Amino acid sequence: MSRPEGTVAQAFRAVGEPTAPGTAAGFAVSMPRAGALEAARLALLRDLQLAFRKRGQLVQPLAFFAMVTLLFPLAISPELARLRELAPGVLWVGALLGSLLALEFLFRDDAHDGTLEQYALSGQSLTALMFAKTFAHWLLTGLPLALMAPIAALSLGVATAALPGILLSVAVGTVALSLIGSIGAALTLGIKRSGALLSLLTLPLSLPVLIFGARATQLAIHGESLLAPLELLAALAVLGITLAPLASAAAVRISLE
Amino acid sequence: MNWSWFHRLASPPHVYALAARLTPWFAWPAAVAIIAGLWGGLVLAPPDYQQGDGFRIIYVHAPSAWMSLMVYVTMAVSAAVGLVWRIKVAHAVAASCAPIGASFTFAALVTGALWGQPMWGTYWQWDPRLTSELVLLFLYLGYMGLRAGIEDPQRADRASAVLAVVGVVNVPIIHYSVTWWNSLHQAPSVMRLAKPAMPLAMLLPLLLMLLGFTLFFVALLLVRLRGEVLARERAASWIREVVSA
Amino acid sequence: MPAERLEVENLHLWRGEHHVLRGVNFTLARGACLEVCGANGSGKTTLLRTLCGLAYPEEGRVLWNGENVRQDLPAFHEALVYLGHEPPLKSDLTARENLHYWIGVRRQLGEAELAAALTRVGAPDWCDRLVRTLSAGQRRRVALAAVALLPLPLWLLDEPTTNLDTEGRELVGDLVREQLERGGMVVAAVHQGLPQSVRNVTRLELAA
Repeated sequence: MSRPEGTVAQAFRAVGEPTAPGTAAGFAVSMPRAGALEAARLALLRDLQLAFRKRGQLVQPLAFFAMVTLLFPLAISPELARLRELAPGVLWVGALLGSLLALEFLFRDDAHDGTLEQYALSGQSLTALMFAKTFAHWLLTGLPLALMAPIAALSLGVATAALPGILLSVAVGTVALSLIGSIGAALTLGIKRSGALLSLLTLPLSLPVLIFGARATQLAIHGESLLAPLELLAALAVLGITLAPLASAAAVRISLE
Repeated sequence: MNWSWFHRLASPPHVYALAARLTPWFAWPAAVAIIAGLWGGLVLAPPDYQQGDGFRIIYVHAPSAWMSLMVYVTMAVSAAVGLVWRIKVAHAVAASCAPIGASFTFAALVTGALWGQPMWGTYWQWDPRLTSELVLLFLYLGYMGLRAGIEDPQRADRASAVLAVVGVVNVPIIHYSVTWWNSLHQAPSVMRLAKPAMPLAMLLPLLLMLLGFTLFFVALLLVRLRGEVLARERAASWIREVVSA
Repeated sequence: MPAERLEVENLHLWRGEHHVLRGVNFTLARGACLEVCGANGSGKTTLLRTLCGLAYPEEGRVLWNGENVRQDLPAFHEALVYLGHEPPLKSDLTARENLHYWIGVRRQLGEAELAAALTRVGAPDWCDRLVRTLSAGQRRRVALAAVALLPLPLWLLDEPTTNLDTEGRELVGDLVREQLERGGMVVAAVHQGLPQSVRNVTRLELAA
């Protein structure tokens, strides 16, 4: 096989020349190093692109959410007045379970094919890459759930005035849920049939989100200001953004050992 | 200052022998404290003006609840030590704590339910303390489940250590949110004895029981730790010497 | 300027009760290649993973340029490429896209370099097909393209010639030879040995 011109082999200096900053001694790879933000952006884009290649799977959390919402009128009563009382619980249990459904796959494929390993060896901050992946998970699961929540709420007899509040509280809450869930997903990597264990690990940690989120939704339905629980939800989300990727990165490294 | 005693704490054979020596020093005082506390609480203390004799279950319930939390913190701290400094014995301590803590949590829940029945007529109330205890039980079960689910023992140690640390950070958050939730709905607040006015005759046995439970925990931990160390080190040479001795 | 050197001192690693690495010692200087041989389960992959810092040895240490790699793992990682047993490719992306993401996380990859690397490994015809449609040998070639795009001082290759035909094995030999000629180092875990074209090879046998 002939060697074409301009190959990568010619792309660096000979041994012995002074090194350029940001390169290993004696080697100058012609391409500059990617920054942390660029790396995170690529990690995010890869996950999104992969999800869109399997477009059919994108609707699964939504279909699940719709099914769960359907269960309650059938199991309890079709009276809208009663359903309106239950709506916060129904919406949030649905959102929580829907979020859990997709968590198992957050890291599983990457762990299986060696992508996580390459992330850990890339010299980039594994924490930043974990955050990027979790953000992709939220965009693909949490955000659609948040957009569907108002529709589900309508089916439970909630007034339209409450819908923006519901959307907002579910959107913020699912951010926290994705982050909390990412820790469990990273810890259970490699365990076969880890769905039940993942739920057992994630649900207790998600209870504060459920409590504040359901309260915010309840206040929205009654037409009152949901600022207080919303702020608490936002605080949980911020805490999650700060700490969860660190824990996930640690858990991923442990799974690679 | 000679720190060699501290470094030796990381050595399994040393800890194995030390645990054996220390156990009686905790087991006997534990028995004495618990018997004294039970005597004081069940026999000597006067009945509560509100709850009559039913309150006496607090002598088992309160220390159990307190210990369930204490053990979780101990578990998380030793797991963190094992995680950061890679000390196997610390992981063994954490592994030994988990079933003990789960048992205390279960005991707190059961005694709470038994207390509830004569008091409010139901075995369960969603008050913040009982609900938090229930969540704590799930945290323990999750920890033990994760340990059991990972085959490689070193990985199981380290992954469960991360979980324990995450859990211990969350416990105050969960407790706060559960209390917040409960305050919204004004559910009947349970197990509130007139705290400031609790007479010494009631308080003293309670403190004795608390001390007794703590000593009991340490004694039980030491026994379990020996077993845990033995199981982990079964291929090591020092085991053969110990067993043949 | 410090010379690149990889020193491994007395590595011991246990997996549960199995003593996988039993006192591995070697030093690798510039332009040198280490072939790690051994039967299945003898610890070749574990050794490579310990070298790059993924696995943690109970005893011993790995020194890069005289410094323990554990003191600054990210800097060490920036100087190495690790190719695992299976090429880390996503089935739902094309070869080109896979490389774009894989290398892009580490380096700002341009189209020209990417195209050149794909041509080098003989992939211009099929590099825009989804990886799920590629054969094992083609996937291996894509992984070699990634290695070619990252001519860093240390290459850790786990059975790089698996699934390759004669031409493919020659390609591996060429790549390794070039790496050694520019003063880099290669540690390769192999079953049958690297192609004959590679010189300056030391062999390390791992007993099972």
